[in-house]
Amino acid sequence: MAIWADKNTRVIVQGITGREGTFHAIQCRDYGTQVVGGVTPGKGGTTHEGFAVFNSVREAREKAAANCSLIFVPPPFAADAVMEAADAGMELIICITEGIPVNDMVKAHDYLRKSNARRVAAGETPSRLIGPNCPGIITPGEAKIGIMPGHIHRPGPIGIVSRSGTLTYEAVGQTREIGQSTAVGIGGDPLPGTNFIDCLEAFEADPKTEAIIMIGEIGGSAEEEAAAFVKANVKKPVVAFIAGQTAPPGRRMGHAGAIISGGKGTAAEKMAALQAAGIHVVKAPSEMGAKVREVWGK
Amino acid sequence: MKVHEYQAKEILRRYGVPTPRGIVVDNPEDARAAAKELGGRVVVKAQIHAGGRGKGGGVKLAKSADEAADLTKHMLGMTLVTHQTGPEGRLVRKVLIEEALNIDKELYLGITLDRRIGMPVVMASKQGGMEIEEVAERDPKAIHREPIDAVLGAQPFQARAVANALGLEGDAYKKCVDFMQKLMRCYIETDASLAEINPLLVTKEGNVLALDCKMNFDDNALFRHKDIVEMRDLHEEDPLEVEASSFNLNYIKLDGNVGCMVNGAGLAMATMDIVKLAGGEPANFLDVGGGASAEQVKNAFRIILSDKNVKAILINIFGGIMRGDRIAEGVVSASREVGLPVPVVVRLEGTNVDLGKQILKDSGLPLITADGMWDAAQKVVAAAKGQA
Repeated sequence: MAIWADKNTRVIVQGITGREGTFHAIQCRDYGTQVVGGVTPGKGGTTHEGFAVFNSVREAREKAAANCSLIFVPPPFAADAVMEAADAGMELIICITEGIPVNDMVKAHDYLRKSNARRVAAGETPSRLIGPNCPGIITPGEAKIGIMPGHIHRPGPIGIVSRSGTLTYEAVGQTREIGQSTAVGIGGDPLPGTNFIDCLEAFEADPKTEAIIMIGEIGGSAEEEAAAFVKANVKKPVVAFIAGQTAPPGRRMGHAGAIISGGKGTAAEKMAALQAAGIHVVKAPSEMGAKVREVWGK
Repeated sequence: MKVHEYQAKEILRRYGVPTPRGIVVDNPEDARAAAKELGGRVVVKAQIHAGGRGKGGGVKLAKSADEAADLTKHMLGMTLVTHQTGPEGRLVRKVLIEEALNIDKELYLGITLDRRIGMPVVMASKQGGMEIEEVAERDPKAIHREPIDAVLGAQPFQARAVANALGLEGDAYKKCVDFMQKLMRCYIETDASLAEINPLLVTKEGNVLALDCKMNFDDNALFRHKDIVEMRDLHEEDPLEVEASSFNLNYIKLDGNVGCMVNGAGLAMATMDIVKLAGGEPANFLDVGGGASAEQVKNAFRIILSDKNVKAILINIFGGIMRGDRIAEGVVSASREVGLPVPVVVRLEGTNVDLGKQILKDSGLPLITADGMWDAAQKVVAAAKGQA
């Protein structure tokens, strides 16, 4: 099934009647994703562009058997939307929204941890949050749950995980002939729901994935932690690129999480850690595809 | 968002965090009056958004009100250069006149987000006045770290652990416990991303105060803090960056001569990187956003071209859902309207990209098309060197 998303995933869109929500719900449906409805509080019972609208995520789960939520709720309300999706038992929660306050996400993560502990204790599947501030997830030919351009993807053996949206598309474009198993955008925020390690672990276990491209950037230490994980646990070849080799320190480079602070989180440090873990690090973003072709199947 | 020291202290006082008494002024006469009010012996502190002011001559002790006025006169209008300002320095427009206190100990207390565990963490060290990064480098064990549950707040035992780690006793111990809990509340409730008290002062009388304070705030949370937004000082920011932000463009000025216009933050960074690998120097980071509409491209051209160092521009757009021909039309119409004094290399990717390239070629404008990022980077670097 590749990882996490496939043709059986039943998706609802939180914020479906908004401009972005409407546009992308249609795009996902056109790709072949099972979009089974949407949620806009106060508009339940109506139909919007052919989608059933519900008042709450719980209602959407009960009436439309949804197990995945795609969130386009504006930043001040997005963390609440994530918690509502978790409460309703959504197994996959994909939050596209950019600009959520860090404190809101700290609370949402805390809620998710507790809610997942209850679910695991009850023998139920815990929720996985992807994002926020991300393009979503796509398993080519099966399901596109996010804002990425579906048509550039082809089913194939390369798993892609990235902190950046358009750089994911770049990697997809460069692996056009080989194809991708699943591409996951984990987002540019400082506190992502799903991190590199989660994706690497899933790709390693996924029989359809044969090689992995990971795209990191400056800020934080997620790449260093991923490097240690790869060294100990990943047998499949991994190619990595780190964006921000020329970024000045102390400046936030577009993404809330992309900042070199106190001399930490530089591209050089990350590249060195990845290299030391046996990962094939490319300096130029244009070399990701060529490098993965070189190491794939060896 | 950053604020000045005097503003950060104003915020601290709202939460009952003790600070020295101080008055911010912008002329020597007010400085004299302020010093008199504060008892004559004062410290004059330049207010700029950068650390290391002491070494750069931006913090001075005045023994009298007259001396405070003299120092203020000297400090106002000077360009203060510290290791954090860069060689160009920062113009001093305001100074803080603060009561001078009897120093017993100078300690360090800071709060920031620990991304690894997703919690705010309090850092405490006995080595006040030194930068925490330096302490972390030389003697990481000298830093006490206390992760705080953001929902429950700092528990009393955690505040005590910090006071213990700082080696305090008696009255100062109790006051430090209280100080830390109030500071934590302030950090959470104002959506701060950094609250750094360096040094944390223990006076000979046993009082605990924030002698210096640096606070940064989460830009994403500013919508619920109008009072903090009002503290923004545009003088401390690059005028081009301020203008770009009014167009919702994410622009950061750099020193090179290759202007970059890209959609998406990661791709924008990667574009800078590949320009450098191709032997050039990026003039900026610029994310035009997902849509890359004609209007945004036009605004982006204006911002990039305002930087007189720019000798060539690289437009790198991964079209995604937006069609390549539409983006090409946008680039052409924006180029016509703005007028292009420098060569522009365009790399487009996405649906209808061939149609897009044709539109660029047929436009009759000095637009150079490229295939892939490496080709684009080589072409723009050559163009910037006048070899187009």
